[in-house]
Amino acid sequence: MTERVPVLKIGDVLLVSIQVDLEDQIVLDLQEDLAGRIVESGARGVVIDITAVEIVDSFVGRMLATTAAISRMLDAETVVVGMRPAVAITLVELGLSLGGVRTALSLEKGLAMLARPGDHRPAQR
Amino acid sequence: MKAPLPDLDADEETMPIDSNDDVVRARQLVRTLAQRCKLSLVDQTKLVTAASELARNTLVYGGGGVLRIGLVRRAGRTGVSAIFDDDGPGIPDIDQALTDGWTSGGGLGLGLSGARRLVDEFTLDTEVGGGTRVAVTKWAR
Repeated sequence: MTERVPVLKIGDVLLVSIQVDLEDQIVLDLQEDLAGRIVESGARGVVIDITAVEIVDSFVGRMLATTAAISRMLDAETVVVGMRPAVAITLVELGLSLGGVRTALSLEKGLAMLARPGDHRPAQR
Repeated sequence: MKAPLPDLDADEETMPIDSNDDVVRARQLVRTLAQRCKLSLVDQTKLVTAASELARNTLVYGGGGVLRIGLVRRAGRTGVSAIFDDDGPGIPDIDQALTDGWTSGGGLGLGLSGARRLVDEFTLDTEVGGGTRVAVTKWAR
């Protein structure tokens, strides 16, 4: 049994706050857990808080991008919040600019982004 | 294996990379050395990220291996060098392996090419059937 990252529900948003040094299997488990929880809870948004994350390599970067894509398919929007400046610089230099992933500087801003109807799901409803 | 290796300090450390947990431990070890070397926060992050890519490559493509890491000194400068060694199948086409987006596995193909961009010095030594060695160095500014 590896440890799992908890997925919390606040209203119609799922909140994931990553507080551990991510081992690859934890990342894969999280992705599955999230997809299941979105469907089960009918959540409309997912916030992934990476404030405590010291590095994002291509594996974790890809997880953020695919999680955003999977959530979108399940009718939920994802916002990644709290990216450290050094992480952003490194990710871009690594070659991953996470084009399909919405970001906000803080949890508060991320939640506000999801709360604005129409803003995050253009032309869909 | 021909490329000259970084000349690691006497206090070098060695650890095996045989599991996902070891990849995490390798990152932590590199972070410790990067701090000891007084790399800036951005440079620490770059080096640790590069090490994470290379450690995963060692595990996934090399079937496991060894990390040697230590401080290096040259011309009055101090840096951190990390050497990843495996006895895996080797890389048949180095140029291709260093191309963004090319992968022989399920990855994004950014591991080697991305890691090379994140460090100051990068050497790749590989032989089909004879394993792969990647050495990287980041200098304190």
